[in-house]
Amino acid sequence: MAATLKDATAIVGIGQTAFAKQLPQSEKELACRAILAALEDAGIDPSEVDAFSSYTMEETDEVEVAKAIGAGDVTFFSKIGYGGGGSCATVGHLAAAVATGQASVGVAWRSRKRGSGPRPWKNTAVQLPTPGQWTRPFGLLRPADEIGMLARRYMHEYGATRDHLFNVAMACRNRANENPAAMMYERPLTREMYMTARMISDPLCLFDNCLETDGALACVIVSAERARDCRQKPVYVHSVAQGLPSQHHGMVNYWNDDPLSGPAWTAARHLWKQADFGPQDVDVAQIYDAFTPLIPLSLEGYGFCGRGEGASFTEGGALEIGGRLPINTGGGGLSEAYVHGFNLINEGVKQLRGISTAQVPDAATCLVTAGEGVPTSAILLRA
Amino acid sequence: MTMQTTTATTDTAPDELLLPVPDGDGAPFWEYAAQGELRVQACAAPTCGKLRFPPRPCCPHCRSFDSEWRLMSGRGRIWSYVQPHPPLLPAYAAQAPYNVILVELADAPQIRLVGNLVTSADAPLDSMDPARLRIGARVQVVFTEMGGTAVPRWVLEKS
Ligand SMILES: [Zn+2]
Repeated sequence: MAATLKDATAIVGIGQTAFAKQLPQSEKELACRAILAALEDAGIDPSEVDAFSSYTMEETDEVEVAKAIGAGDVTFFSKIGYGGGGSCATVGHLAAAVATGQASVGVAWRSRKRGSGPRPWKNTAVQLPTPGQWTRPFGLLRPADEIGMLARRYMHEYGATRDHLFNVAMACRNRANENPAAMMYERPLTREMYMTARMISDPLCLFDNCLETDGALACVIVSAERARDCRQKPVYVHSVAQGLPSQHHGMVNYWNDDPLSGPAWTAARHLWKQADFGPQDVDVAQIYDAFTPLIPLSLEGYGFCGRGEGASFTEGGALEIGGRLPINTGGGGLSEAYVHGFNLINEGVKQLRGISTAQVPDAATCLVTAGEGVPTSAILLRA
Repeated sequence: MTMQTTTATTDTAPDELLLPVPDGDGAPFWEYAAQGELRVQACAAPTCGKLRFPPRPCCPHCRSFDSEWRLMSGRGRIWSYVQPHPPLLPAYAAQAPYNVILVELADAPQIRLVGNLVTSADAPLDSMDPARLRIGARVQVVFTEMGGTAVPRWVLEKS
C-alpha cells in the first residue's frame, strides 16, 4: 500500500462572509456566498465541483448547496460529527477523496448563525437522555461548565493560573486587533478587563469563552498537480488525522482514566507519524480555542511542550508574533469569529500564502487543529 | 459572547430543575437511587468484574454482556468543581452561582460522578459556602427527591 496523502492535494481557494453578531442572510445563503467566494479565489467554475464535506451540525446540506451553486454531478460527500471537532476532518476527507480519484474538486464549508440563531444547548431538556442524565440535572448545562471542570483540575494539578489563560485570550485578541475582518478588531483587551470580567463558569470568565458569530467560510481542495494551474499559490495538505481516544467521552471526559489527556494526543500521534517535520518545525499554529484552557491542553497534546507544561509555555509572549509559537493569527474563535473553527483553516492558508494581517515572516508550515475535548481532527499545511 | 440558555425548554417547566431521563442502560442507577443506594454497573463475568461508568451494554475489558450493580460506600473526594453563573436555564439561574462538583468514588477512584455539594440532602444548590469547595475534600452521598425521582447529592463527610 503506497498511497499517501502527503502533499498530494492542496487548498487553492478560500472564501468567507462578513462576521457579525447579526447578519440578515440565512445560513444557506451565507454558505453559498462563502463557497462561491472560495471558488472565485481558486479560479474554478462552480460546475466543476464534484465533492462536498461539511459538519453534521451544518444546517445547509450538500444537496441544497450543490443545487444552489450549480455544481455538476457529485461523486463524493461526507459529514463529520462532533461540532468543532470536525473542522479539519472536512479537509482531510476531501484530500482523501481527491487523492484516491473519487473526485477532483472538493469544497468544505461551515455556515453558522450562532450570534443570532439557535445553539444546541439552548434547549437542554432534549439532551437529557444518555449522556445528559449524568451531568445536566446537576446544573452542568453549557460547554463552558463542562470544560471549566477540566480547567479547574488542570490548574490544580499543574499550577496553571488565570494569568496563563489570560495569555491565551490576549494573544488572540492582539491578533484580532490587527485583522479588520475580526469581530474584535479595534477592541483591545487588558489584564484589568480580564481579571474583573464577570464569571461564566468559575474558573472561566467572559473572556475565556469564544465569540458568538454569524458568518460562513469555505475552502477548495484539488490535486497537487491541478493546483499548479490555479490562480493562487497552492497550500499543500501535508498530513491529516482524526482522533477519538479509547474510552473518550465528548466534552465530559471525566470517566476516562486520564481526563486531561484528550483527543489531541491521539490525533497528534498519527499527524506527526505521517509528516516530514515535527512540532519544532511549525512556524505558526491555528489552535481551536472555543475556551482558553483548550490551548495549553492542545499545546501538550500536539507535542509543543511536555505534559503539564502547556500553561507555562504561554509565558513571555510565546504565543504572540515573534514568540516561540504564534497562534490564531486572525484572532481565533476567541476574537475573530466563532464559526466552529473553520476560520482557523482559512487563516492557516493565508499565513502560507503570506497574506495574513498578522503575517509570520516566511511562514512555511502551519498546524491547524479542531476542537479539543471532543473527537477531533487536525491538519498540517505547508507552502 | 453571552451564553444564553434562558429559553424555556420543551418538556420542563422553566421554574424546575431538569430531571434525569434514564436510558435502558442507566435505569438501574436511578432505581437503586430511589432506594437510597449508590450502585455502579460492574462486569458480571467471574474473571473480570470491572466497574464501568457511564453504563453500557458490554464490558470494554472482556466484552461480556453480563452485568451487575455493585453497592458503593457512598464516600468520595472532590476531583474538581465549577461555579456556573448566569445566563442559565431559569431554575438554575435562580440559585446561581451554585457549585457543580465531580466526585471520585472512594471505592473506585476512576468512577467520577457529577453532582452538587450541599449542606443537607434537600438544601438548595447554592446552600454550601463556596469557600469550603476544595479539590480533595471528602464527601458523602445523600439523596433528595425531585419530582418523583431520587437524585444523588453530596455533603461534606463528618470527620
Ligand atoms: Zn468484563
